[in-house]
Amino acid sequence: MARHHVTATVNGEAVEFLCETQQTLLEVLRDELRLTGTKEGCGTGDCGACSVTVDGRLLCSCLMLGVEAQGKAIRTIEGMAGGEKLHPLQRKFLEHAALQCGVCTPGILIAARSLLESNPDPSEAEVRYWLAGNLCRCTGYQKIVEAVLDAAREMRGA
Amino acid sequence: MSASTKYEDKPLRIVGTRPLRPDGVDKVTGRARYAADYNLPGQLIGKVLRSPHAHARIRSIDVSAALALPGVKAVVTRDDFPDMPVEYAAAGELTINYRDVTRNMMAREKVLYDGHPVAAVAATSESAARAALKLIKVDYEVLPHVIDVREAMQPGAPLLHEEQYTAGVSPRPGQPSNIAKRIEFKLGDIEAGFRAADLVIEREFNTKPVHQGYIEPQACLASCTEDGQVELWTSTQGAFTYREQCARVLQMDVSRIRVTPTEIGGGFGGKNNIYSEPLAIALSRKTHRPVKMVMTREEVFRATGPTSGANIRIKMGCTRNGRITAAQAVLNFQSGAFPGSSVPMAAMCTFTRYDLENVHVVGHDVTVNRPKVAAYRAPGAPISVFGAESVIDEMAKKLGIDPIDFRLKNAATQGTQTYYGPKLGVIGYIETLERAKAHPHYSAPLAPGRGRGVSSGFWFNIGNETCSTLNIGEDGSVTLLMGTVDVAGGSRAAMAMMVAEELGIPMDKVKPVVADPSALGFNFVTAGSRGTFAGGMAAVVAARDAVEKLRRRAAKIREVPLEAVAWKDGRAQPAEGCGVQFAPMTLAEIAKVAGKTGGSIAGHAEINVQGAGPGFGVHIVDVDVDRETGLVKILRYTVLQDVGKAVHPAYVEGQLQGGAVQGIGWALNEEYVYGADGVLQNPGFLDYRVPVASDVPSIDTVIVEVPNPNHPYGVRGCGEVPIIPPMSAIANAIESATGVRLCDQPMSPPRVLQAIGKAAGAGN
Amino acid sequence: MSEMRYEAPRTLEAALALLAAGNVKAKILAGGTDLLIQMRAGRAEPELLVDVKGIPELTSISEEGGAYRVGAAVPCMQLIEHPRLAMTWPGVIDGVKLIGSIQVKGRATMGGNLCNASPAADSVPGLIAANARASIAGPRGRREVAVAELAVGPGRTALAPEEILVSFLLPRRPPRSGDAYLRFTPRTEMDIAVVGAAVNLTLDAQGACSEARVSLGAVAERALLVPEAAAALVGSRVEGAALERLAAAASAACRPIDDKRGTREFRIKVAGVMARRAAAIALERARRAG
Repeated sequence: MARHHVTATVNGEAVEFLCETQQTLLEVLRDELRLTGTKEGCGTGDCGACSVTVDGRLLCSCLMLGVEAQGKAIRTIEGMAGGEKLHPLQRKFLEHAALQCGVCTPGILIAARSLLESNPDPSEAEVRYWLAGNLCRCTGYQKIVEAVLDAAREMRGA
Repeated sequence: MSASTKYEDKPLRIVGTRPLRPDGVDKVTGRARYAADYNLPGQLIGKVLRSPHAHARIRSIDVSAALALPGVKAVVTRDDFPDMPVEYAAAGELTINYRDVTRNMMAREKVLYDGHPVAAVAATSESAARAALKLIKVDYEVLPHVIDVREAMQPGAPLLHEEQYTAGVSPRPGQPSNIAKRIEFKLGDIEAGFRAADLVIEREFNTKPVHQGYIEPQACLASCTEDGQVELWTSTQGAFTYREQCARVLQMDVSRIRVTPTEIGGGFGGKNNIYSEPLAIALSRKTHRPVKMVMTREEVFRATGPTSGANIRIKMGCTRNGRITAAQAVLNFQSGAFPGSSVPMAAMCTFTRYDLENVHVVGHDVTVNRPKVAAYRAPGAPISVFGAESVIDEMAKKLGIDPIDFRLKNAATQGTQTYYGPKLGVIGYIETLERAKAHPHYSAPLAPGRGRGVSSGFWFNIGNETCSTLNIGEDGSVTLLMGTVDVAGGSRAAMAMMVAEELGIPMDKVKPVVADPSALGFNFVTAGSRGTFAGGMAAVVAARDAVEKLRRRAAKIREVPLEAVAWKDGRAQPAEGCGVQFAPMTLAEIAKVAGKTGGSIAGHAEINVQGAGPGFGVHIVDVDVDRETGLVKILRYTVLQDVGKAVHPAYVEGQLQGGAVQGIGWALNEEYVYGADGVLQNPGFLDYRVPVASDVPSIDTVIVEVPNPNHPYGVRGCGEVPIIPPMSAIANAIESATGVRLCDQPMSPPRVLQAIGKAAGAGN
Repeated sequence: MSEMRYEAPRTLEAALALLAAGNVKAKILAGGTDLLIQMRAGRAEPELLVDVKGIPELTSISEEGGAYRVGAAVPCMQLIEHPRLAMTWPGVIDGVKLIGSIQVKGRATMGGNLCNASPAADSVPGLIAANARASIAGPRGRREVAVAELAVGPGRTALAPEEILVSFLLPRRPPRSGDAYLRFTPRTEMDIAVVGAAVNLTLDAQGACSEARVSLGAVAERALLVPEAAAALVGSRVEGAALERLAAAASAACRPIDDKRGTREFRIKVAGVMARRAAAIALERARRAG
């Protein structure tokens, strides 16, 4: 079967891979590039565990084909920390105990970072609505919301 | 083993604070590896063929076309697994029967639910595996099915198991039945109790199955060598239990299977039972290649165990002063395709919050054509308590008594005789009720048309077999090997904190590791709210064992009697009043010379932890009900719970909040929807509606601490109680807002609207 | 499946040529938020995917004398972020905002929402109420069709297999106009509409309703235009009895099914409620638009 040859950047680094037409970006990230930080919770865009950004746009990688990644800049959880320093969101999630089993955490961190990049001073309601596409079954969302608001505060220098 | 593990009231340095969890960085960077993140060279992908019918006899299975497909390396069916006799074992908080375990993992005579595995293939790619499934020909004789518990109990209902006669009934029935078992608890004289009542209320309630909803689907990777050794990586709450279950159904020695429990993306009781693991092992055995099997979300819903749906009747009587005189319940629980629901626990939890003289509870475990149920966080209790706490609310309102006062009048306390056997020890129900009554939420003004509801919950919590080994490294750093899987509650943090507390060293010198079963003696699954309680007990016992050995070693090195050596602040130092002086030695100093002075030092605990402390919780909720659409909105929610001692308060709060939100989903929107053909219609997160972040408000938490006298720090389990009260609390709040009592769960908009309409029509 | 081709033409002509090549089961790929799910479930098995996101006409938004031409493959988030579209057509954007999560909206498009033809599609009632027209390209050239006529039944549109939906035209609005879309779902987000109602109205200088269009979603095999409901508003001040007549007309127009998301009875009742509430919001917006 013919495979597509795709070149893109992931977390700032050039990558190339082969994929079949029907392979999703999620499958490519996990199975071809071995970046397993992005998770599959449902495969149908209902849980957000597979969230990444592509050219700055937050989306579910299970709802995009690998072949569509040609020439695009993708950011995943593996690129969120800046070298040795954790991103403020990552730090605040730890400080606030905003994760329990942790499987939804990469998707939520990517989504939260996307929120703060477009709205640095969200209200609690805005955080909850933005994150409505990310299911968490362990925390009841409370500490996640607190961590995001606290990280936003720190990033604003407030 | 070492000294007493009874509660000591003393100032604590680390336990009760909020340090960062040791495994956290891996989780926020994507480095943590869950089962589906593991890969081995040469691995094959395994996929399962599942029944499209709710109930059918399997006439034949023809896998020849599938085997011939390029890329397919092996196929397994019932012919590849031995039949198992009836044999019971504990798996988490439920009991399993190996005869049923093997049939659930791979159908033998019949398929009993939509999604029941019939065959499995291993192929070189996912698409080849899926194509192979399509080529397997199964000849089914479709049979009538039954999915409603009441219908299944009727004589003449389609029968799942021809050899199933209701156990617990005397004389033994002459006809087989879907009622697998009847249980009964009695206390006092129930008829006399009702005669003594001024008010009697009887209500019937119906609940639907709901799924634990863990975000990570089941996944495993099995590798079997030519000489029959197996390595298995899997998402599980209990590596020991999975090892044992796999070994039994495959008829292998437990020592030939090495199970690595990977990081687990949620369990809540749903990952105490094997599903694809034996299939992956069998496929790997046939192909001599690793086989990876990851469930899709649809498979998780179709084929893994939800909790029971149920039909329950509650009848209670009380005096006009609000003293309960009689409490009766009949609980009919679906167990799914095989017997073994949580109805015994539901029965024991129905009324246990109260000091009662006359109680009668009957429970039925009923097989229906749905997936076999699994435990879900306080298994069974949310269902029976939905009924009981709704009726209690109704009694209080009819008598004009404040709902919390009503509960206080009847509250269980130390020495209360339960109706299932033991007397309760030191418990904190009254304290928690009083904190709830005094909480600002309870007296906050409520706008007209809105409602406030209160409810409470009780769970036994458990201990069970737990092993831990504490190794002191040459530099004085400490590794704690835990056999108890750290599912979600920050157990690793709590263990590290307790060990640091006991040894008197900084927490960052303690590294907790969840060990694979070959390293430790048997550990029970992480369930029953035992993770921090029992795991912690073992950690403390192991630490105290290590302290004993450190004292001995210091005594030997310093050449002083053992009684002269005290362990304090991380050092061996002269005991007060012993009259002997010597230069203290820190743990690190002892460790450095350990090799030359007798060998490395380790502490052990292999214990069956007793003395778990029951937990009680009280919830307060405010709702707004849209009378034109039936939409219920949660405005405010407060959880108060006695946890004995919060080792790490932030993770305790997380358990309270997480459990409450699961309960809110259960109350308002979650349910399995089946068509008339017995096929599941909503096997996905789109139409199986768990709460999203915008559906719930802040969940306020109040940690009450009435120490458990049987634990060194007073810990009780805390993880299960929070899911018990929400359904009834919300039903009570809806009643308060609208005057209408909902007795069917979920209390979704169409049901609420219909109930409001009916009441309006009846002129209420 | 393994032989499925993927093409990403840069021009409309190239895309049409791919579709016209005959004997190939082709599907248009825009956001893919419906198509990829259907492919995974085996409900769609295309042999060729034609990715139209590289064609400028399908991904641009332009104003033409107060009217808006919106490419069929513009992602929802881009529509929401457009500074003037939400001000001019808040009801259309209401519907767009409800198509799934932020992640889904990062990919989903109005064109896909319409062509997937779920009777519950969230952006369609707003477009119908707005009297939007669809520009369609095919082997025999271009044609324009009212959006109201494009969705025919569940999963079916009036498009021929070789045709591509290129763009929507939202007409120029008279002053004192407002529109709104409301839907009923059990959760606050992430659900498929059980009932959807869109109301678009214009007020005269005295504040009475001079024009109205009402569209309902998820209550029939396709989104409905309900002239009787609109007639209940025209000439009124969009209050009291007029709103009751609107609600009654909306409920009467429903021909819903029982399914796992809602019963017939519930949909009929709630359709009236949503129509009434949407009209109140549209009125407020019309007053503010001056």
